[in-house]
Amino acid sequence: MAEYKGVMVCGEAADGKLAAITAELLGGGRKLAGDLGESLSVVLIGSNISGLAGEAIALGADKVYVVDAPLLQDYQTDSYTAAMEKVVAQAAPRAVLMGQTSMGRDLAPRLAFRLKTTAATDCVEVAVDPGTKQLLQTKPVYGGNALAVFTSECYPQIATVRSKAMPAAQRDDSRQGEVIPIEAGIDPSAVRTRVVQKVPEEVTGIKLEDATVVVSGGRGIGNSEGFKQLETLAKLLKGAVGASRPPCDNGWVADVMQIGLTGKIVAPDLYIAVALSGSSQHMAGCSGCKNIVAINKDPEANIFKVARFGVVGDWKKIVPAFQEKVKQLLSE
Amino acid sequence: MNMIVCVKQVLDPEAPPASFKIDPAAKRVILPPDVPPVISPFDEQAVEAALRIKDAKGGKITVLSMGANLQRDVVKKPLSMGADELVLLEDEAFVDGDSWSTAYALAMAIKKIGTYDLVFCGRQAADWDAGQVGAGIAEILGLPGVTVAKKIEVLDGKVRIERVVADGYEVIEAPLPCLVTVSNELGEPRYATIKGIMAAKKKEPIVWKPADIGVDPSQIGAKGRRINLLKLFQPVREGKCDIVQGETPEEAAANLALKLREAKIL
Repeated sequence: MAEYKGVMVCGEAADGKLAAITAELLGGGRKLAGDLGESLSVVLIGSNISGLAGEAIALGADKVYVVDAPLLQDYQTDSYTAAMEKVVAQAAPRAVLMGQTSMGRDLAPRLAFRLKTTAATDCVEVAVDPGTKQLLQTKPVYGGNALAVFTSECYPQIATVRSKAMPAAQRDDSRQGEVIPIEAGIDPSAVRTRVVQKVPEEVTGIKLEDATVVVSGGRGIGNSEGFKQLETLAKLLKGAVGASRPPCDNGWVADVMQIGLTGKIVAPDLYIAVALSGSSQHMAGCSGCKNIVAINKDPEANIFKVARFGVVGDWKKIVPAFQEKVKQLLSE
Repeated sequence: MNMIVCVKQVLDPEAPPASFKIDPAAKRVILPPDVPPVISPFDEQAVEAALRIKDAKGGKITVLSMGANLQRDVVKKPLSMGADELVLLEDEAFVDGDSWSTAYALAMAIKKIGTYDLVFCGRQAADWDAGQVGAGIAEILGLPGVTVAKKIEVLDGKVRIERVVADGYEVIEAPLPCLVTVSNELGEPRYATIKGIMAAKKKEPIVWKPADIGVDPSQIGAKGRRINLLKLFQPVREGKCDIVQGETPEEAAANLALKLREAKIL
Protein backbone atom coordinates (compact mmCIF):
# COMPACT_ATOMS: atom_id res chain seq x y z
CA MET A 1 0.00 0.00 0.00
CA ALA A 2 2.79 2.34 -0.92
CA GLU A 3 0.40 4.99 -2.22
CA TYR A 4 -0.75 5.92 1.30
CA LYS A 5 1.72 8.34 2.88
CA GLY A 6 1.83 10.87 5.65
CA VAL A 7 -0.04 11.66 8.83
CA MET A 8 -3.22 13.73 8.65
CA VAL A 9 -4.81 15.49 11.59
CA CYS A 10 -8.49 16.28 11.46
CA GLY A 11 -8.65 19.79 12.94
CA GLU A 12 -11.37 21.31 15.06
CA ALA A 13 -12.06 24.94 15.87
CA ALA A 14 -13.14 26.39 19.20
CA ASP A 15 -13.84 30.08 19.88
CA GLY A 16 -12.33 31.14 16.55
CA LYS A 17 -9.02 29.31 17.14
CA LEU A 18 -7.81 25.77 16.70
CA ALA A 19 -9.05 23.64 19.59
CA ALA A 20 -6.60 22.42 22.24
CA ILE A 21 -7.07 18.83 21.01
CA THR A 22 -5.90 19.86 17.52
CA ALA A 23 -2.65 21.30 18.93
CA GLU A 24 -2.18 18.02 20.82
CA LEU A 25 -2.79 15.91 17.71
CA LEU A 26 -0.28 18.09 15.84
CA GLY A 27 2.26 17.51 18.62
CA GLY A 28 1.71 13.75 18.51
CA GLY A 29 1.31 13.72 14.73
CA ARG A 30 4.66 15.46 14.24
CA LYS A 31 6.39 12.69 16.19
CA LEU A 32 4.66 9.98 14.13
CA ALA A 33 5.46 11.77 10.87
CA GLY A 34 9.10 12.04 11.97
CA ASP A 35 9.26 8.34 12.82
CA LEU A 36 7.81 7.53 9.39
CA GLY A 37 9.96 10.07 7.55
CA GLU A 38 6.78 11.45 6.02
CA SER A 39 4.84 14.71 6.12
CA LEU A 40 2.18 16.05 8.47
CA SER A 41 -1.03 17.60 7.21
CA VAL A 42 -4.17 19.08 8.72
CA VAL A 43 -7.66 19.08 7.31
CA LEU A 44 -9.97 21.93 8.28
CA ILE A 45 -13.66 21.44 7.56
CA GLY A 46 -16.22 24.15 8.28
CA SER A 47 -17.65 27.46 7.22
CA ASN A 48 -15.31 30.49 7.13
CA ILE A 49 -12.55 28.31 8.50
CA SER A 50 -9.72 29.15 6.05
CA GLY A 51 -8.37 31.77 8.46
CA LEU A 52 -7.15 29.01 10.75
CA ALA A 53 -4.77 27.53 8.16
CA GLY A 54 -1.94 29.85 9.27
CA GLU A 55 -2.28 28.69 12.86
CA ALA A 56 -2.20 25.05 11.73
CA ILE A 57 1.04 25.69 9.84
CA ALA A 58 2.54 27.49 12.85
CA LEU A 59 1.68 24.41 14.90
CA GLY A 60 3.56 22.13 12.54
CA ALA A 61 1.40 21.27 9.53
CA ASP A 62 3.32 20.94 6.23
CA LYS A 63 0.06 21.03 4.29
CA VAL A 64 -3.41 22.26 5.20
CA TYR A 65 -6.41 20.96 3.27
CA VAL A 66 -9.34 23.34 3.64
CA VAL A 67 -12.92 22.38 2.86
CA ASP A 68 -14.87 25.59 3.39
CA ALA A 69 -18.59 25.78 2.65
CA PRO A 70 -21.68 27.27 4.35
CA LEU A 71 -23.20 23.78 4.45
CA LEU A 72 -20.33 22.71 6.74
CA GLN A 73 -21.14 25.29 9.43
CA ASP A 74 -22.30 22.61 11.90
CA TYR A 75 -20.82 19.18 12.32
CA GLN A 76 -23.15 16.68 10.70
CA THR A 77 -22.31 13.07 10.02
CA ASP A 78 -23.33 13.03 6.36
CA SER A 79 -21.65 16.26 5.27
CA TYR A 80 -18.41 15.77 7.20
CA THR A 81 -18.06 12.12 6.16
CA ALA A 82 -18.49 13.18 2.53
CA ALA A 83 -15.93 15.97 2.95
CA MET A 84 -13.41 13.64 4.59
CA GLU A 85 -13.97 11.02 1.89
CA LYS A 86 -13.00 13.61 -0.71
CA VAL A 87 -9.93 14.79 1.21
CA VAL A 88 -8.69 11.24 1.77
CA ALA A 89 -9.18 10.40 -1.92
CA GLN A 90 -6.97 13.33 -2.88
CA ALA A 91 -4.35 13.25 -0.12
CA ALA A 92 -4.17 9.45 0.53
CA PRO A 93 -2.77 9.71 4.06
CA ARG A 94 -1.38 6.65 5.80
CA ALA A 95 -2.87 7.71 9.12
CA VAL A 96 -5.75 9.98 10.09
CA LEU A 97 -5.83 11.28 13.67
CA MET A 98 -8.96 12.77 15.18
CA GLY A 99 -9.81 13.87 18.70
CA GLN A 100 -12.03 11.63 20.82
CA THR A 101 -14.51 14.50 20.79
CA SER A 102 -18.20 14.87 19.96
CA MET A 103 -17.09 15.09 16.32
CA GLY A 104 -14.34 12.48 16.26
CA ARG A 105 -16.25 9.72 18.01
CA ASP A 106 -19.07 10.11 15.46
CA LEU A 107 -17.01 10.77 12.33
CA ALA A 108 -14.18 8.23 12.74
CA PRO A 109 -16.26 5.04 12.66
CA ARG A 110 -18.57 6.32 9.92
CA LEU A 111 -15.58 7.29 7.76
CA ALA A 112 -13.83 3.97 8.46
CA PHE A 113 -16.87 1.99 7.28
CA ARG A 114 -17.26 4.28 4.24
CA LEU A 115 -13.60 3.71 3.26
CA LYS A 116 -13.66 0.02 4.23
CA THR A 117 -10.80 0.58 6.63
CA THR A 118 -10.37 0.41 10.41
CA ALA A 119 -10.62 2.89 13.25
CA ALA A 120 -9.33 2.61 16.80
CA THR A 121 -11.21 4.95 19.10
CA ASP A 122 -10.26 6.68 22.35
CA CYS A 123 -6.52 5.93 22.01
CA VAL A 124 -4.21 7.00 24.82
CA GLU A 125 -1.10 6.27 22.78
CA VAL A 126 -0.34 6.03 19.07
CA ALA A 127 3.07 4.88 17.84
CA VAL A 128 4.59 3.52 14.63
CA ASP A 129 5.73 -0.08 14.28
CA PRO A 130 9.19 0.43 12.76
CA GLY A 131 8.98 -2.81 10.74
CA THR A 132 5.56 -2.58 9.16
CA LYS A 133 5.07 1.19 9.50
CA GLN A 134 1.59 0.35 10.82
CA LEU A 135 0.17 2.32 13.70
CA LEU A 136 0.26 0.75 17.15
CA GLN A 137 -2.96 2.06 18.66
CA THR A 138 -3.34 1.68 22.43
CA LYS A 139 -6.74 2.17 23.99
CA PRO A 140 -8.41 1.38 27.31
CA VAL A 141 -10.98 -1.42 27.12
CA TYR A 142 -13.33 -3.02 29.65
CA GLY A 143 -14.04 0.37 31.18
CA GLY A 144 -10.33 1.04 31.69
CA ASN A 145 -9.63 -2.27 33.45
CA ALA A 146 -7.32 -3.27 30.60
CA LEU A 147 -5.39 -1.73 27.72
CA ALA A 148 -5.42 -3.14 24.20
CA VAL A 149 -2.96 -2.49 21.37
CA PHE A 150 -4.48 -2.68 17.88
CA THR A 151 -2.85 -2.75 14.46
CA SER A 152 -4.35 -2.86 11.01
CA GLU A 153 -3.38 -3.61 7.43
CA CYS A 154 -6.14 -1.35 6.07
CA TYR A 155 -5.47 2.23 4.95
CA PRO A 156 -5.84 4.94 5.91
CA GLN A 157 -5.51 3.89 9.52
CA ILE A 158 -7.89 6.04 11.54
CA ALA A 159 -7.42 6.69 15.24
CA THR A 160 -9.25 8.96 17.61
CA VAL A 161 -7.10 10.20 20.47
CA ARG A 162 -8.22 11.18 23.94
CA SER A 163 -7.52 14.75 25.05
CA LYS A 164 -4.33 15.32 27.06
CA ALA A 165 -2.78 12.07 25.75
CA MET A 166 -0.30 13.85 23.47
CA PRO A 167 1.93 16.87 24.20
CA ALA A 168 0.63 19.96 22.41
CA ALA A 169 2.71 21.33 19.53
CA GLN A 170 4.49 24.62 20.19
CA ARG A 171 3.58 27.50 17.96
CA ASP A 172 6.28 28.77 15.58
CA ASP A 173 5.03 31.56 13.33
CA SER A 174 8.10 31.38 11.09
CA ARG A 175 7.08 27.95 9.77
CA GLN A 176 6.05 27.65 6.13
CA GLY A 177 3.39 25.40 4.73
CA GLU A 178 1.06 24.91 1.80
CA VAL A 179 -2.69 25.60 1.86
CA ILE A 180 -4.76 23.41 -0.48
CA PRO A 181 -8.45 24.30 -0.87
CA ILE A 182 -10.74 21.40 -1.71
CA GLU A 183 -14.17 21.99 -3.21
CA ALA A 184 -16.80 20.56 -0.88
CA GLY A 185 -19.22 19.82 -3.72
CA ILE A 186 -21.79 18.37 -1.33
CA ASP A 187 -25.34 17.91 -2.53
CA PRO A 188 -27.49 19.46 0.24
CA SER A 189 -30.11 16.72 -0.21
CA ALA A 190 -27.45 14.13 0.75
CA VAL A 191 -27.25 15.69 4.23
CA ARG A 192 -30.17 13.92 5.86
CA THR A 193 -29.97 15.36 9.38
CA ARG A 194 -30.51 18.93 10.49
CA VAL A 195 -29.22 20.67 13.61
CA VAL A 196 -32.31 22.49 14.86
CA GLN A 197 -30.90 23.95 18.04
CA LYS A 198 -27.76 24.00 20.18
CA VAL A 199 -28.37 24.05 23.90
CA PRO A 200 -25.32 24.85 26.03
CA GLU A 201 -25.37 23.70 29.65
CA GLU A 202 -23.67 26.59 31.36
CA VAL A 203 -21.20 25.85 34.11
CA THR A 204 -19.85 28.89 35.88
CA GLY A 205 -16.26 29.40 36.91
CA ILE A 206 -13.15 27.64 35.67
CA LYS A 207 -13.56 25.05 32.91
CA LEU A 208 -13.11 21.53 34.21
CA GLU A 209 -10.73 20.56 31.41
CA ASP A 210 -8.45 23.54 32.11
CA ALA A 211 -8.54 23.51 35.93
CA THR A 212 -5.33 22.90 37.90
CA VAL A 213 -7.39 21.78 40.90
CA VAL A 214 -10.49 19.58 40.62
CA VAL A 215 -12.75 18.70 43.54
CA SER A 216 -14.84 15.75 42.47
CA GLY A 217 -17.80 14.11 44.18
CA GLY A 218 -19.29 10.65 43.88
CA ARG A 219 -22.41 8.76 44.85
CA GLY A 220 -21.64 9.24 48.54
CA ILE A 221 -22.26 13.00 48.34
CA GLY A 222 -25.93 12.09 48.33
CA ASN A 223 -27.62 15.22 46.93
CA SER A 224 -27.11 18.53 45.16
CA GLU A 225 -26.72 20.36 48.50
CA GLY A 226 -23.58 18.32 49.16
CA PHE A 227 -22.08 19.52 45.90
CA LYS A 228 -22.52 23.14 47.10
CA GLN A 229 -20.00 22.32 49.84
CA LEU A 230 -17.57 20.96 47.26
CA GLU A 231 -18.01 24.17 45.27
CA THR A 232 -16.93 26.22 48.27
CA LEU A 233 -13.79 24.13 48.63
CA ALA A 234 -13.10 24.33 44.88
CA LYS A 235 -13.48 28.10 44.93
CA LEU A 236 -10.99 28.36 47.79
CA LEU A 237 -8.49 26.30 45.80
CA LYS A 238 -9.26 28.21 42.56
CA GLY A 239 -10.43 24.95 41.03
CA ALA A 240 -13.47 23.39 39.42
CA VAL A 241 -16.03 20.85 40.59
CA GLY A 242 -16.50 17.55 38.79
CA ALA A 243 -18.40 14.34 39.45
CA SER A 244 -18.48 10.66 38.69
CA ARG A 245 -21.46 9.27 36.80
CA PRO A 246 -23.98 8.59 39.62
CA PRO A 247 -24.40 12.26 40.71
CA CYS A 248 -25.03 13.18 37.04
CA ASP A 249 -27.46 10.30 36.49
CA ASN A 250 -29.30 11.33 39.68
CA GLY A 251 -29.55 14.93 38.55
CA TRP A 252 -27.56 16.36 41.47
CA VAL A 253 -25.21 18.10 39.04
CA ALA A 254 -25.21 18.93 35.31
CA ASP A 255 -24.29 16.13 32.90
CA VAL A 256 -21.40 18.22 31.55
CA MET A 257 -19.65 17.84 34.92
CA GLN A 258 -19.16 14.09 34.44
CA ILE A 259 -15.52 12.98 34.45
CA GLY A 260 -14.64 9.58 33.04
CA LEU A 261 -14.65 7.25 30.09
CA THR A 262 -17.75 8.81 28.56
CA GLY A 263 -17.34 12.23 30.17
CA LYS A 264 -14.62 14.85 30.50
CA ILE A 265 -10.90 14.07 30.65
CA VAL A 266 -9.08 16.11 33.28
CA ALA A 267 -5.41 16.40 34.19
CA PRO A 268 -5.08 18.79 37.15
CA ASP A 269 -2.15 19.05 39.56
CA LEU A 270 -4.50 18.20 42.42
CA TYR A 271 -7.57 15.98 42.19
CA ILE A 272 -9.61 15.67 45.37
CA ALA A 273 -12.00 12.72 45.12
CA VAL A 274 -14.73 12.96 47.74
CA ALA A 275 -17.09 10.05 48.53
CA LEU A 276 -16.18 8.56 45.19
CA SER A 277 -15.31 4.87 44.85
CA GLY A 278 -12.94 5.24 41.93
CA SER A 279 -14.38 2.82 39.37
CA SER A 280 -12.22 2.13 36.32
CA GLN A 281 -14.79 3.98 34.20
CA HIS A 282 -14.33 7.12 36.28
CA MET A 283 -10.56 6.81 36.62
CA ALA A 284 -10.31 6.59 32.81
CA GLY A 285 -11.02 10.33 32.88
CA CYS A 286 -8.34 11.21 35.43
CA SER A 287 -5.31 9.13 34.47
CA GLY A 288 -3.40 12.37 33.83
CA CYS A 289 -3.94 13.80 37.34
CA LYS A 290 -0.64 14.49 39.08
CA ASN A 291 -1.81 14.10 42.68
CA ILE A 292 -4.98 12.30 43.70
CA VAL A 293 -6.33 12.80 47.21
CA ALA A 294 -9.10 10.46 48.36
CA ILE A 295 -11.69 11.07 51.07
CA ASN A 296 -13.89 8.01 51.53
CA LYS A 297 -15.45 6.13 54.42
CA ASP A 298 -14.67 2.73 52.85
CA PRO A 299 -10.98 1.86 53.36
CA GLU A 300 -11.32 -0.82 50.65
CA ALA A 301 -12.55 1.67 48.02
CA ASN A 302 -10.66 1.45 44.74
CA ILE A 303 -9.82 5.17 44.89
CA PHE A 304 -7.20 4.49 47.60
CA LYS A 305 -5.33 2.27 45.11
CA VAL A 306 -4.71 5.23 42.83
CA ALA A 307 -4.51 8.06 45.38
CA ARG A 308 -1.29 9.52 46.75
CA PHE A 309 -2.91 10.74 49.97
CA GLY A 310 -6.10 9.62 51.61
CA VAL A 311 -8.31 10.03 54.64
CA VAL A 312 -10.73 7.30 55.70
CA GLY A 313 -13.90 8.73 57.15
CA ASP A 314 -17.12 10.67 56.69
CA TRP A 315 -16.63 13.43 54.13
CA LYS A 316 -19.19 15.61 55.92
CA LYS A 317 -16.82 15.88 58.87
CA ILE A 318 -13.58 15.87 56.88
CA VAL A 319 -14.31 18.38 54.11
CA PRO A 320 -15.22 21.35 56.39
CA ALA A 321 -12.22 20.76 58.67
CA PHE A 322 -9.92 20.34 55.67
CA GLN A 323 -11.28 23.54 54.18
CA GLU A 324 -10.66 25.47 57.41
CA LYS A 325 -7.05 24.29 57.60
CA VAL A 326 -6.43 25.02 53.92
CA LYS A 327 -7.83 28.54 54.39
CA GLN A 328 -5.48 29.07 57.30
CA LEU A 329 -2.44 27.72 55.41
CA LEU A 330 -3.16 29.77 52.31
CA SER A 331 -3.44 32.99 54.34
CA GLU A 332 -0.13 32.48 56.13
CA MET B 1 -43.42 2.26 14.73
CA ASN B 2 -41.17 -0.77 14.12
CA MET B 3 -38.01 -0.67 16.16
CA ILE B 4 -34.95 -2.90 16.39
CA VAL B 5 -32.57 -2.72 19.36
CA CYS B 6 -29.12 -4.34 19.25
CA VAL B 7 -27.92 -5.59 22.63
CA LYS B 8 -24.71 -7.32 23.68
CA GLN B 9 -24.11 -9.79 26.50
CA VAL B 10 -20.98 -8.66 28.35
CA LEU B 11 -19.01 -9.20 31.53
CA ASP B 12 -20.74 -7.10 34.21
CA PRO B 13 -18.87 -3.76 34.27
CA GLU B 14 -20.01 -3.31 37.90
CA ALA B 15 -18.13 -6.47 38.95
CA PRO B 16 -15.50 -5.77 41.62
CA PRO B 17 -12.25 -4.56 39.94
CA ALA B 18 -10.31 -7.23 41.84
CA SER B 19 -12.22 -9.96 39.99
CA PHE B 20 -11.03 -8.66 36.62
CA LYS B 21 -8.32 -10.94 35.18
CA ILE B 22 -6.92 -11.40 31.72
CA ASP B 23 -4.96 -14.12 29.98
CA PRO B 24 -2.31 -12.04 28.16
CA ALA B 25 -1.14 -14.96 25.99
CA ALA B 26 -4.63 -15.71 24.72
CA LYS B 27 -5.40 -11.94 24.67
CA ARG B 28 -8.66 -12.67 26.41
CA VAL B 29 -10.50 -11.72 29.57
CA ILE B 30 -10.93 -14.62 31.99
CA LEU B 31 -14.62 -14.58 32.81
CA PRO B 32 -15.05 -14.83 36.59
CA PRO B 33 -17.29 -17.86 37.23
CA ASP B 34 -19.21 -16.19 40.07
CA VAL B 35 -20.09 -13.02 38.13
CA PRO B 36 -23.06 -13.50 35.79
CA PRO B 37 -22.97 -11.59 32.49
CA VAL B 38 -25.33 -8.68 31.83
CA ILE B 39 -26.72 -6.74 28.90
CA SER B 40 -24.22 -3.95 28.25
CA PRO B 41 -25.64 -0.97 30.22
CA PHE B 42 -25.85 1.50 27.30
CA ASP B 43 -27.71 -1.21 25.33
CA GLU B 44 -30.22 -1.50 28.14
CA GLN B 45 -30.70 2.27 27.84
CA ALA B 46 -31.25 1.76 24.10
CA VAL B 47 -34.04 -0.71 25.00
CA GLU B 48 -35.49 1.92 27.34
CA ALA B 49 -35.39 4.53 24.54
CA ALA B 50 -37.40 2.19 22.30
CA LEU B 51 -39.87 1.41 25.11
CA ARG B 52 -40.52 5.12 25.68
CA ILE B 53 -41.41 5.53 22.01
CA LYS B 54 -43.61 2.43 22.19
CA ASP B 55 -45.35 3.94 25.26
CA ALA B 56 -46.01 7.18 23.37
CA LYS B 57 -46.78 5.93 19.87
CA GLY B 58 -47.25 2.19 20.08
CA GLY B 59 -45.25 -0.19 17.94
CA LYS B 60 -43.18 -3.32 17.97
CA ILE B 61 -39.71 -3.78 19.42
CA THR B 62 -37.45 -6.55 18.13
CA VAL B 63 -34.30 -7.14 20.14
CA LEU B 64 -31.25 -8.48 18.32
CA SER B 65 -28.24 -10.06 19.98
CA MET B 66 -25.24 -12.02 18.79
CA GLY B 67 -22.73 -14.49 20.20
CA ALA B 68 -22.37 -18.07 21.31
CA ASN B 69 -23.78 -19.61 24.48
CA LEU B 70 -25.97 -16.59 25.11
CA GLN B 71 -27.59 -16.97 28.51
CA ARG B 72 -31.31 -16.95 28.01
CA ASP B 73 -32.12 -15.18 31.29
CA VAL B 74 -29.69 -12.41 30.33
CA VAL B 75 -30.68 -11.83 26.72
CA LYS B 76 -34.38 -12.15 27.58
CA LYS B 77 -34.19 -9.17 29.95
CA PRO B 78 -35.37 -6.67 27.28
CA LEU B 79 -38.43 -8.92 26.73
CA SER B 80 -39.23 -8.77 30.43
CA MET B 81 -38.93 -4.95 30.24
CA GLY B 82 -41.55 -4.87 27.47
CA ALA B 83 -39.88 -5.67 24.12
CA ASP B 84 -41.83 -7.95 21.77
CA GLU B 85 -39.45 -10.27 19.95
CA LEU B 86 -35.95 -11.62 20.43
CA VAL B 87 -33.68 -12.64 17.55
CA LEU B 88 -30.37 -14.29 18.36
CA LEU B 89 -27.49 -14.71 15.95
CA GLU B 90 -26.05 -17.63 17.79
CA ASP B 91 -23.12 -19.60 16.46
CA GLU B 92 -19.40 -20.01 17.20
CA ALA B 93 -18.75 -18.32 13.83
CA PHE B 94 -20.14 -15.02 15.21
CA VAL B 95 -17.68 -14.90 18.13
CA ASP B 96 -14.58 -12.67 18.56
CA GLY B 97 -15.49 -10.21 15.87
CA ASP B 98 -14.32 -6.62 15.64
CA SER B 99 -16.53 -3.60 14.92
CA TRP B 100 -16.48 -4.54 11.22
CA SER B 101 -17.59 -8.12 11.37
CA THR B 102 -20.08 -7.36 14.17
CA ALA B 103 -21.73 -4.46 12.33
CA TYR B 104 -21.84 -6.53 9.12
CA ALA B 105 -23.62 -9.51 10.72
CA LEU B 106 -26.07 -7.27 12.61
CA ALA B 107 -26.80 -5.24 9.46
CA MET B 108 -27.54 -8.42 7.50
CA ALA B 109 -29.86 -9.62 10.28
CA ILE B 110 -31.64 -6.24 10.31
CA LYS B 111 -32.09 -6.56 6.54
CA LYS B 112 -33.65 -9.96 7.06
CA ILE B 113 -36.00 -8.63 9.76
CA GLY B 114 -36.96 -6.23 7.02
CA THR B 115 -39.36 -3.65 8.39
CA TYR B 116 -37.98 -0.96 10.66
CA ASP B 117 -38.31 2.75 11.33
CA LEU B 118 -35.69 3.05 14.03
CA VAL B 119 -32.62 1.00 14.90
CA PHE B 120 -31.10 1.54 18.34
CA CYS B 121 -27.69 0.61 19.76
CA GLY B 122 -25.90 1.61 22.95
CA ARG B 123 -23.26 4.32 22.41
CA GLN B 124 -20.52 1.75 23.09
CA ALA B 125 -20.30 -1.73 24.59
CA ALA B 126 -18.91 -2.16 28.10
CA ASP B 127 -16.25 -4.65 26.93
CA TRP B 128 -14.30 -3.11 24.03
CA ASP B 129 -15.60 0.46 24.44
CA ALA B 130 -15.17 1.09 20.71
CA GLY B 131 -18.47 2.84 19.92
CA GLN B 132 -18.32 1.88 16.24
CA VAL B 133 -20.96 -0.76 15.59
CA GLY B 134 -23.89 1.69 15.46
CA ALA B 135 -22.16 3.89 12.87
CA GLY B 136 -21.14 0.75 10.97
CA ILE B 137 -24.68 -0.62 10.77
CA ALA B 138 -25.94 2.78 9.59
CA GLU B 139 -23.27 2.96 6.89
CA ILE B 140 -23.86 -0.61 5.68
CA LEU B 141 -27.63 -0.11 5.53
CA GLY B 142 -27.32 3.42 4.10
CA LEU B 143 -29.20 4.99 7.03
CA PRO B 144 -28.74 8.39 8.62
CA GLY B 145 -27.15 7.94 12.02
CA VAL B 146 -27.19 10.06 15.16
CA THR B 147 -24.90 9.07 18.04
CA VAL B 148 -24.86 9.65 21.81
CA ALA B 149 -28.53 10.48 22.19
CA LYS B 150 -30.19 11.40 25.47
CA LYS B 151 -33.75 11.90 24.21
CA ILE B 152 -35.52 10.50 21.17
CA GLU B 153 -39.02 11.47 20.02
CA VAL B 154 -40.93 10.66 16.87
CA LEU B 155 -42.88 13.62 15.42
CA ASP B 156 -44.67 13.77 12.07
CA GLY B 157 -42.70 10.94 10.48
CA LYS B 158 -39.39 12.40 11.63
CA VAL B 159 -37.20 11.66 14.59
CA ARG B 160 -36.05 14.44 16.91
CA ILE B 161 -32.96 13.63 18.91
CA GLU B 162 -31.09 15.40 21.69
CA ARG B 163 -27.44 14.56 21.08
CA VAL B 164 -25.02 15.00 23.98
CA VAL B 165 -21.99 17.17 23.13
CA ALA B 166 -19.12 18.42 25.31
CA ASP B 167 -20.81 21.66 26.41
CA GLY B 168 -24.47 20.63 26.44
CA TYR B 169 -26.61 19.10 23.73
CA GLU B 170 -27.80 19.60 20.17
CA VAL B 171 -31.31 19.01 18.89
CA ILE B 172 -31.14 17.08 15.61
CA GLU B 173 -33.91 16.10 13.23
CA ALA B 174 -33.57 13.11 10.96
CA PRO B 175 -35.87 11.28 8.58
CA LEU B 176 -37.00 7.70 9.21
CA PRO B 177 -35.65 5.09 9.05
CA CYS B 178 -32.74 6.19 11.20
CA LEU B 179 -30.11 4.63 13.46
CA VAL B 180 -29.59 6.12 16.92
CA THR B 181 -27.00 5.27 19.57
CA VAL B 182 -28.06 5.93 23.15
CA SER B 183 -26.11 7.34 26.11
CA ASN B 184 -26.64 7.16 29.87
CA GLU B 185 -28.00 10.73 29.97
CA LEU B 186 -31.28 9.18 28.73
CA GLY B 187 -31.95 8.07 32.31
CA GLU B 188 -32.39 4.79 34.14
CA PRO B 189 -33.89 1.87 32.25
CA ARG B 190 -37.14 0.58 33.75
CA TYR B 191 -37.30 -2.53 35.89
CA ALA B 192 -38.81 -5.70 34.55
CA THR B 193 -42.29 -6.37 35.90
CA ILE B 194 -43.34 -9.76 37.29
CA LYS B 195 -45.80 -10.02 34.43
CA GLY B 196 -43.03 -9.17 31.98
CA ILE B 197 -40.71 -11.78 33.45
CA MET B 198 -43.42 -14.46 33.21
CA ALA B 199 -44.18 -13.50 29.59
CA ALA B 200 -40.47 -13.48 28.69
CA LYS B 201 -40.05 -16.97 30.16
CA LYS B 202 -42.64 -18.35 27.77
CA LYS B 203 -41.29 -16.56 24.71
CA GLU B 204 -38.78 -18.50 22.63
CA PRO B 205 -36.14 -16.52 20.78
CA ILE B 206 -35.72 -16.86 17.02
CA VAL B 207 -32.22 -18.27 16.45
CA TRP B 208 -30.39 -17.61 13.20
CA LYS B 209 -27.16 -19.17 11.93
CA PRO B 210 -24.84 -17.44 9.42
CA ALA B 211 -26.61 -19.14 6.49
CA ASP B 212 -29.98 -17.84 7.70
CA ILE B 213 -28.87 -14.23 7.17
CA GLY B 214 -26.96 -15.04 3.99
CA VAL B 215 -23.48 -14.27 5.24
CA ASP B 216 -20.30 -16.13 4.44
CA PRO B 217 -18.60 -17.36 7.64
CA SER B 218 -15.34 -15.77 6.42
CA GLN B 219 -16.92 -12.30 6.79
CA ILE B 220 -18.16 -12.60 10.36
CA GLY B 221 -16.72 -13.10 13.83
CA ALA B 222 -12.97 -13.59 14.21
CA LYS B 223 -12.52 -14.41 10.50
CA GLY B 224 -14.14 -11.19 9.37
CA ARG B 225 -11.92 -8.94 11.50
CA ARG B 226 -10.04 -6.05 9.93
CA ILE B 227 -8.35 -4.72 13.04
CA ASN B 228 -5.82 -6.96 14.81
CA LEU B 229 -5.53 -7.20 18.55
CA LEU B 230 -1.78 -7.27 19.12
CA LYS B 231 -1.71 -7.16 22.89
CA LEU B 232 -4.06 -7.06 25.88
CA PHE B 233 -2.74 -6.17 29.32
CA GLN B 234 -3.70 -4.71 32.68
CA PRO B 235 -2.18 -1.36 33.61
CA VAL B 236 0.01 -1.51 36.70
CA ARG B 237 -1.29 0.65 39.53
CA GLU B 238 1.21 1.73 42.12
CA GLY B 239 -1.07 1.56 45.11
CA LYS B 240 1.07 3.49 47.59
CA CYS B 241 -1.52 5.66 49.26
CA ASP B 242 -0.42 7.59 52.34
CA ILE B 243 -3.44 7.25 54.64
CA VAL B 244 -3.42 10.34 56.84
CA GLN B 245 -4.42 9.63 60.46
CA GLY B 246 -5.81 11.68 63.31
CA GLU B 247 -7.56 11.27 66.69
CA THR B 248 -10.76 12.63 65.14
CA PRO B 249 -11.92 12.99 61.52
CA GLU B 250 -11.38 16.76 61.90
CA GLU B 251 -7.79 16.26 63.01
CA ALA B 252 -7.12 13.82 60.15
CA ALA B 253 -8.54 16.44 57.76
CA ALA B 254 -6.24 19.15 59.13
CA ASN B 255 -3.28 16.76 58.92
CA LEU B 256 -4.15 16.11 55.29
CA ALA B 257 -3.96 19.84 54.56
CA LEU B 258 -0.56 19.99 56.31
CA LYS B 259 0.73 17.01 54.28
CA LEU B 260 -0.35 18.62 51.03
CA ARG B 261 1.44 21.80 52.03
CA GLU B 262 4.59 19.85 52.93
CA ALA B 263 4.50 18.08 49.56
CA LYS B 264 4.13 21.54 47.94
CA ILE B 265 0.83 20.49 46.36
CA LEU B 266 -1.01 23.31 48.13
